[in-house]
Amino acid sequence: MERKNPAPGVLCLSIALVTALLLAGCTGPIQGGSPANQVPPGGQNPSAGPKDRLLVATTTSLSDTGLLDYLERIFENNYAIDLQVTSQGTGKAIEIAKRGDCDLLVVHSPAQEEDFMEAGHGINRRCFAYNYFIVAGPADDPAGIRGMEPKEAFRTIIGKGKSGTPGVFFVSRGDNSGTHNAEKNIWNATGYNYTSEVRRSGAWYIEAGRGMGETLQLASEKGAYTLTDEGTFLTYRGRLDLVPLIDKGDILLNIYSVITVYTEDHPVEKITMANNFVNFLISPEIQAAIGEYGREKYGKGLFTPMSGGCLRFGCDCTTPASATRPSLSFT
Amino acid sequence: MNEIFDGFVQAFQLIISLDPEILEITARSLLISLAATGVASLVAIPLGGLIHFREFGGKRGLITIIQTLYALPTVVAGLFVFLILSRAGPLGFLGLLFTPVGMVIGQAVLIIPVLVGMTLVALSGVKKAISDEVQALGATSSQAIWTILKEARFALFGGIILGFGRAISEVGAAMIIGGNIRGSTRVLTTAIALETSMGNVAFSIALGIILLCIAMVVTAALFLIQER
Repeated sequence: MERKNPAPGVLCLSIALVTALLLAGCTGPIQGGSPANQVPPGGQNPSAGPKDRLLVATTTSLSDTGLLDYLERIFENNYAIDLQVTSQGTGKAIEIAKRGDCDLLVVHSPAQEEDFMEAGHGINRRCFAYNYFIVAGPADDPAGIRGMEPKEAFRTIIGKGKSGTPGVFFVSRGDNSGTHNAEKNIWNATGYNYTSEVRRSGAWYIEAGRGMGETLQLASEKGAYTLTDEGTFLTYRGRLDLVPLIDKGDILLNIYSVITVYTEDHPVEKITMANNFVNFLISPEIQAAIGEYGREKYGKGLFTPMSGGCLRFGCDCTTPASATRPSLSFT
Repeated sequence: MNEIFDGFVQAFQLIISLDPEILEITARSLLISLAATGVASLVAIPLGGLIHFREFGGKRGLITIIQTLYALPTVVAGLFVFLILSRAGPLGFLGLLFTPVGMVIGQAVLIIPVLVGMTLVALSGVKKAISDEVQALGATSSQAIWTILKEARFALFGGIILGFGRAISEVGAAMIIGGNIRGSTRVLTTAIALETSMGNVAFSIALGIILLCIAMVVTAALFLIQER
C-alpha cells in the first residue's frame, strides 16, 4: 500500500520469471532422457534425433573403480546409444531391475543373480570378468591372520573379536551388496550362522551400510579388518592405512556378470540394444581392454577378463546374447 | 584442516578453469531445483491461498498435517516418488524415473508442504484491517486476493527462497529418483556424495562451495525482484 506505482506486476513479474525459469528448466534437462527417447526406436535413428538411452544398474564396487565409465565411452563410440550408468548396491540394483526400471544389470552376486534369473526377470546372463576378494586390515594385524586361509582367518577374527582382544574389529558392508553376500557366505562356510552368531554379536562387528569405498575408509579410520573386492581396494589403496592380508582361496573368487533385464513391457528393440552391450562386453577386444584396465596406474589389472575360459567357474562367457525373452525350458 | 583448505583452493581452480563437467553439473542442479521451486510455487501458493481464504471443517488439522510434512525426510519423499514413477508404479508408463524431470517432481513434492505453510504464514501476516478495507472499497474477491497477495509478497518470497534452498541442498530424493547418472541426473549434491565416497574430499568441498555460491546468487536475485 505504501507504494502505489509499481505496476500491479511485482508478483506477476516474478511469476513470469519463475515460469520462464521453469520452462528453461524443462527444455534443458529433459533432453537427457525424456520419454520421447524411450519410444521404440525402430532400429534406424534419424541422425539428428536424440540418441536412445540404455540404463545400466550396477554395483558401487564396480563403478568406484571407473571401469564402466571407461567402457561406456568405447561403447558409445561404436553404437548410437546414450549408455547411462546408475550405481547402487547389488540388492538395490536388482530391485530396480525387477521393476523394469533399467535395461541391464552388471553385478557380482551369483546366488542373487540366479534367483533373479529363475524369477524370469533377466535373460542372457554372461560372466565377463573376475577378480578376488581380499581381506584387508591394519598393517600391525592385531588378530594375527596374515597368510591364513580365508575361513581360518574369519574364525580367528570372530574369536578374538568376541573375546575383546584390543584392536580387533571387522567392518562389514552391511548393505546386502554382492560383497556383503560374499562375506555372509564365508561366515556360513566357516560354520557360523551369520544372523544369529555374527551380526550384533559385539562391538567388534561394525555394519557400515555404505558403498565399498566408504566402507574401506571406515575400516581404515578404525584400524579394522574388512572384506573388499580387489579392484576397489587397489583404486583406494593410496588413501588407506590398510594392507592386503589374505588374497588367496577359492572362496574369495568374485565373478562379475551382465544380464539383460526382461519385463513384458520392455520393447524388443530395447532388449536387442541391451544384448548388444552384453555381446560387447564378451567380445575379444573388450575382454582385452578389461584386462588392461588399471594396469598402467596400479601395476596390475583390476579385473581378469574371462576370455572364454569360464567353464571352470560354471558360468557362460561365450554364447552370443540373442534371446529376446526368457526361454521356457525351465519351469 | 589441510583438506578443507585444499577444498577452497580446488574450488577456486575449478570455478576459474570452467571445467565443462562441473559447469554441466552446476547448471543441471540449478535448472532442476529452480524448476522444482517453480512447479511447487504454482501449486502451493494458490493452494495456500485457498486454505487461508476458505473456512472449512478440519482446517486446523490440515494445517497441522502440512506443518508436519516440513519434516518429510528427503529419502522418504524420494522413495514415494520412486514408487510412483517406477515402471511397476502408477505413472511408470511416462518413463520418468532416472530422468531430470523425475527429479523435478521429487523435489517439488518435497518442498510443496513448506511453500504451502509459508504461504499461510504470509497471508496471516497481512493485517486484518487491510483486507477489510479492500473489501469495504468494493473490490471483488479476486481483486481483494490480489491486493492481499501483494501485501504478503515479502513473506511469500521468503518461503520461495526457503523452498529453493531445501530443493538444491537435498541429496536423498535426487539420489533415489535420479540415480546419479553421469551426464544425465548427476547434480551437485549427488556428485558430492559420490566424490566423498571415492575419497576425493577436497573435490567434494569444492562442489559444496559452488553449491553455496549459486544458492547465494539465486537468493540475491529473488531478493532484488522482491525489492522492486
